[in-house]
Amino acid sequence: MIWESWNAFLEMGGAAQFVWGSYGVTVLLIVAELVLLRSRRVHSTRRLSRLIRAGQGRKLPEVQGS
Amino acid sequence: MKSRHKRLTLILGGLLLLVGATALVLSAFRENLVFFHTPSEVAEGKAPTGRTFRIGGMVEAGSIKREGVEVHFAVTDTARSIPVVYSGPLPDLFKEGKGAVVQGKLGTDGVFTASEVLAKHDENYMPPEAQHAIDQAQQTAKTLQQ
Amino acid sequence: MSTSESRFNLYHYAAPQAFYPVAGKLAPVFAVIALVLTTVGLWISFFKAPTDAVQGEVYRIIFIHVPAAWMSMFVFLVMAFWSAIGLAMNTRLSALMAQALAPTGAMFCFVALWTGALWGRPTWGAYWVWDARLTSQLLLLFLYLGYMALVAAIDDPRRRDKAGAILCLVGAVNVPIIYFSVKWWNTLHQGASVSLTKAPSMATIMLSGMLVMAFAAWAYTIAVALYRVRVLILERERHADWVRGELARLGEAN
Repeated sequence: MIWESWNAFLEMGGAAQFVWGSYGVTVLLIVAELVLLRSRRVHSTRRLSRLIRAGQGRKLPEVQGS
Repeated sequence: MKSRHKRLTLILGGLLLLVGATALVLSAFRENLVFFHTPSEVAEGKAPTGRTFRIGGMVEAGSIKREGVEVHFAVTDTARSIPVVYSGPLPDLFKEGKGAVVQGKLGTDGVFTASEVLAKHDENYMPPEAQHAIDQAQQTAKTLQQ
Repeated sequence: MSTSESRFNLYHYAAPQAFYPVAGKLAPVFAVIALVLTTVGLWISFFKAPTDAVQGEVYRIIFIHVPAAWMSMFVFLVMAFWSAIGLAMNTRLSALMAQALAPTGAMFCFVALWTGALWGRPTWGAYWVWDARLTSQLLLLFLYLGYMALVAAIDDPRRRDKAGAILCLVGAVNVPIIYFSVKWWNTLHQGASVSLTKAPSMATIMLSGMLVMAFAAWAYTIAVALYRVRVLILERERHADWVRGELARLGEAN
């Protein structure tokens, strides 16, 4: 173990805001990407299923999404 | 249809903004291709005088002197050296013998008045023990040469 | 026999219908690999790698900064590769691959800039400078966002694929500019610690942490791009009968 205590680990030698600010935002962005991807899949499949049920799949405009 | 138009306007607006931002970034890129000048270039008169520019090099060993709020030091590329005066916060990695980039104006007396001092570090990463070993080896080599 | 078979397979999997189930099988595999590598990588980065002699603990930002920066450049090159294939061979799948990669590349590009700013403040003394390396990396973010906006703005799929591919190919010129900027011009950003032409200037344990994190970023990108391309394939091929069957199956599962 290279850290003397958990506090020393969290303090990162006085650079806590920079180190944790970097890792924190990266984690947030990855989670956000995964959530957006999932919601896009759900919305997309629902919309496509609706179109097909309505029998208009061949006429309606292209699906757009984020 | 209405929301479709709205979406398209939004995206086109975004694209336009991006194009503008890109143009600005490209002009910044062109202006800063030479991010800093070396002390030799400054001594040869190649650096712009009369406007703000940057000098990059090594902080000369033994040159740092503090006088009140002012810090005096010299930036060198081993060939030439430019004296710098600066008052303000220095980055943690600003040390004698290490890289630095100073931004400011060159006075007629040849002294560079800096408004900003940045530290430039190298691409070497190693634990303190390894650094210590390297320092010692260099010291030994120096002693042997003498 | 084997050559004709493999050629047949290659063309076979270039069809969206054939690639869809393959992507569905591969994506979770890469997701698991990404998870394992990230765990190992973070463990090395925070508990095995020693402190840095010059910078202290703040250097630990390198374990995401460098992998993210590499990934942001590499993804754009891969997008350009798929774009070139799409333009040359007129395959539908290649444009969808490029479009599936773009958001993840943009995310890594932003991460590289963000972590770079938080690393620059305590070491250089500034969050941002307009040197060649930082400026060209910012330009890469704009290229990603521009690509995504362009692709979203064009309704006709063929024109959309073509416009996106051209932007990708033109924008790819920026990638070597980013990479070599620290060599070609004088920049505040330091040179590469790891390159093909010289021995790495990092302690081995630090280097291994960074490389494991880089492989984790690769696995993550592949997994997410495969999941995303499946959605894109369904949207693009929605007139096909197999998509109707797949949607019915998904509807039952929901």
